[in-house]
Amino acid sequence: MAIESEIGLEHAHLTVEQLLEIYRYMLLTREVDNRLRSLYLQGKVVGGVYSQLGHEAISVGTAYALRPDDVIAPMHRDLGAHIVRGMEVGRIFAQIMGRAAGFSGGKDNALHIGDQKRLIFPQISMLGASIPVSAGAALASRQRGEDRVALTYIGDGGVNTGDFHEGLNFAAALHLPLILIVENNQFAYSTPLSKQTALEEIAQRAVGYGVPGARIDGNDVREVYAATGEAADRARQGLGPTLIECVTMRMRGHSEHDDASYVPRELLEEWRQKDPVERFERRLIEGGIMRSEIRDGVQRDIARDVDEAARWAEEQPLPDPAVASEGVYRSY
Amino acid sequence: MTEVTYLEAIRQGMREEMQRDERVYILGEDVAVYGGAFKVTAGFLDEFGALRVIDTPLSESAIVGAAIGSALMGQRPIAEMQFMDFIACGFDQIVNMAAKLHYRNRMAVPMVIRGPSGGGVHGGPFHSQNPEAWFVHTPGLKVVAPSTPADAYGLIKASIRDDDPVLYFEHKYLYRRLKEELPGDDFTVPLGKAAVVQEGTDMTIFTYGWMVEQSREAAKDLEAEGVSVEIVDLRTLLPLDKETILQSIEKTSKALVVYEDTRTLGVGAEVSAILAEEAFDLLDGPIMRVTAPDTPVPFSPPLEKAFLPNAEKILAAARQLAAY
Repeated sequence: MAIESEIGLEHAHLTVEQLLEIYRYMLLTREVDNRLRSLYLQGKVVGGVYSQLGHEAISVGTAYALRPDDVIAPMHRDLGAHIVRGMEVGRIFAQIMGRAAGFSGGKDNALHIGDQKRLIFPQISMLGASIPVSAGAALASRQRGEDRVALTYIGDGGVNTGDFHEGLNFAAALHLPLILIVENNQFAYSTPLSKQTALEEIAQRAVGYGVPGARIDGNDVREVYAATGEAADRARQGLGPTLIECVTMRMRGHSEHDDASYVPRELLEEWRQKDPVERFERRLIEGGIMRSEIRDGVQRDIARDVDEAARWAEEQPLPDPAVASEGVYRSY
Repeated sequence: MTEVTYLEAIRQGMREEMQRDERVYILGEDVAVYGGAFKVTAGFLDEFGALRVIDTPLSESAIVGAAIGSALMGQRPIAEMQFMDFIACGFDQIVNMAAKLHYRNRMAVPMVIRGPSGGGVHGGPFHSQNPEAWFVHTPGLKVVAPSTPADAYGLIKASIRDDDPVLYFEHKYLYRRLKEELPGDDFTVPLGKAAVVQEGTDMTIFTYGWMVEQSREAAKDLEAEGVSVEIVDLRTLLPLDKETILQSIEKTSKALVVYEDTRTLGVGAEVSAILAEEAFDLLDGPIMRVTAPDTPVPFSPPLEKAFLPNAEKILAAARQLAAY
């Protein structure tokens, strides 16, 4: 039942414009991440920075494969998904710096952001909790006879929570249009996959839920895009959920305070060779899809945009203390 | 008008809301084909169809989580917990997801989680609890606990129409024991408003749920002994109706707080704290409590009887308080 390696043929037909747009999103994601880490080192970030370095192909490829009226519920390393869905980079910086202009107005940290109009559900720190919630969005779609799908993410640690099981089983039993992206980045904080599960491949879990499971290269954006598109097609046809394990590597610590000394250096070096942004860029250049002048222009524009956004965020005020007690209820 | 039981009142309120608003739907274990373990949703599947009356896997966290996700998309779910004891299995979704979404992200979560709570039917430690205090301690939730058929009807309708997550604690002992005529059609009981169910001058019993009935029993004996008792039915446990609580103590100057839940940090502990902080000068005696002891709910009838507060225990405490 697995979605096999033919991915990339029928489902990854992308125009030149689309390929360039994907490249731009991936590079922007990378540059925002780089800037967040430098802001962290400058002491301008409140709390932690959970770098997504190395996850650009997954977050951008999955979000890009969906329609704007599909629901997504990203995790803390899915910056690229937020960017694809149009979340303003300046406000993302403001969010992480605890400013009033952040998406939660200073109420919450990290990428705990969402937007009901853009159909982005915000995560909570309890990983796995977004899976049942996304199943609920998929249920609403079914109830109203719509063909929108819901997509959410989980990691190699989070697949061991009760909500992973309950949420995926619930969606499978009710045949709901849910796509579950497993970002297997090999480490959950300091704990390697081998201590999280006896399985070597998380995609095997899918069999236990009676849903298709695929294991793909999470550093190849075309493969991610194609697999997500295929899962979305199935979901829209009423064929139920799909689990897609995207194999990648967490290139930084759990958070920036963590030097990740428990990760073998040679493993990191091996994955550095497979960097998703560089790899995609090389393919575009070598395939004659992107001329190097175009690339240079994109890089310049993004550097300028990120500068501007970060500067704007730094100028934003901290929240008014009176706001701390506001907004607990919609109506009281 | 005909009399309805407490259970029928809940059913009628839900059915009318489902007829009125197609976004309202029910999900839970055995709620559709079987009509629910207590038959609260009997007949709903036939009337509203399988997209609005949904049998789910045995997964409380998924039930609550899915309700939240659908509410974010504009639906208005009613999630049934087969017994409110099992709400513990959905705890994270309630306290960390539903309760905080509006504060963090300005996303309203219009949903109701309802089900049977409370003892008196020899249900044992896992089918008798009153877990409301866990949620009263969680900002972002609203918690209600009706004590009569009319309130059960009015509160379920108000809960469904509310834009915040509401936990609706039914009392299973009352399901088929209380019966009354509803005072009208399509009325609601506003959230956050207590009711003075009996006026008096010598002391106030602050209570809710089944213990309202037990307090009324005790009040009859007290009346005969010359003690005039006021009873305040809290009805909504979060947010508490401070105004009604303080108005009543102004009148009676003595407070007996009664709750079926275990003693430590039960809802009545907060009522006691409000009285001590804001009505200290008015008090003519200690704030006293009648509660269950701090133990699990025992199963065997004599043990459960020893555990539960009742009219007799309320009477004994009220006599002590009256002596001040």
